[in-house]
Amino acid sequence: MTEMQITAAPGVPQVLTSRTFDAPRELVYRAFTEPDLLVQWLGPRRYTMTIDRYDLRDGGTWRYVHVDDAGNEWGFHGVFHGEATLDGIVQTFEFEGAPGHVSMDTVTFEETGGTTTVRTNSVFQSVEARDAMVEHGMASGMNEGYERLEELLGKLVANA
Amino acid sequence: MAVAADRLDAVFGALADPTRRAILARLRKGEATVGELAAPFHVSQPAISRHLKVLEHAGLISRTRRATARLSRLRAEPLREATVWLAGYRAFWEESYERLDELLASLQEHEGEQEEAKGRTHPRGRRRPKGRRTP
Repeated sequence: MTEMQITAAPGVPQVLTSRTFDAPRELVYRAFTEPDLLVQWLGPRRYTMTIDRYDLRDGGTWRYVHVDDAGNEWGFHGVFHGEATLDGIVQTFEFEGAPGHVSMDTVTFEETGGTTTVRTNSVFQSVEARDAMVEHGMASGMNEGYERLEELLGKLVANA
Repeated sequence: MAVAADRLDAVFGALADPTRRAILARLRKGEATVGELAAPFHVSQPAISRHLKVLEHAGLISRTRRATARLSRLRAEPLREATVWLAGYRAFWEESYERLDELLASLQEHEGEQEEAKGRTHPRGRRRPKGRRTP
């Protein structure tokens, strides 16, 4: 399995990722677009994901919520743009904890010899908006203890 | 990918303990023996050795032997890797994609079973063994 690549170049409000899966792209596409499959993998295991809407057509909207053990909820929503195909999906993404901060996400699927490379391209409104989004660890990927560890890591790196 | 996530877990796990953080802080000043590292703490040298093993496993320190002393030295690389603002984002997607690996594998297995039940053969129905694929 190839390691996931993440690129977040300084000064550019964009995050790129790339990851290869051992499956044909029809199947990977299904896992990205069928709500009952999507809830089985998107997000950390310790969160439960529910999908309110997933209207996969040009102008259709989507919304999902991650819930942790303590009942904390993180909601996300957006709009699909253009027709979703095996080649890719274009959609906006907004964390409901930061209304008005929207990214435009493009995901593409490329099949090579039975494996599928998934690439994501997220464009934010500004470098600050990107850094805030990423810093909050996709909002739901974080907790206080984790943040404290990150602060510590930052200090250790600065001093190493 | 799983390797990277495991390493991140190891780094965060190693840093979750105050004694180990204090050891790293001491090593920022330079390499040290187990005895030197144990001196400020009310714990035995074997206990310090166990902490050093955890730090070594996480790649946060390297250990060398000089004469009879075993020296520990801070390694900055895993810290740089784990930093800082990208770590949460990376962890989110790496865990998601590991789950996706599992889902895709079970979907393909299920597909294979259905096709066998129908008495057909289909190349898609056969999953290759894990870890055999060349990049």
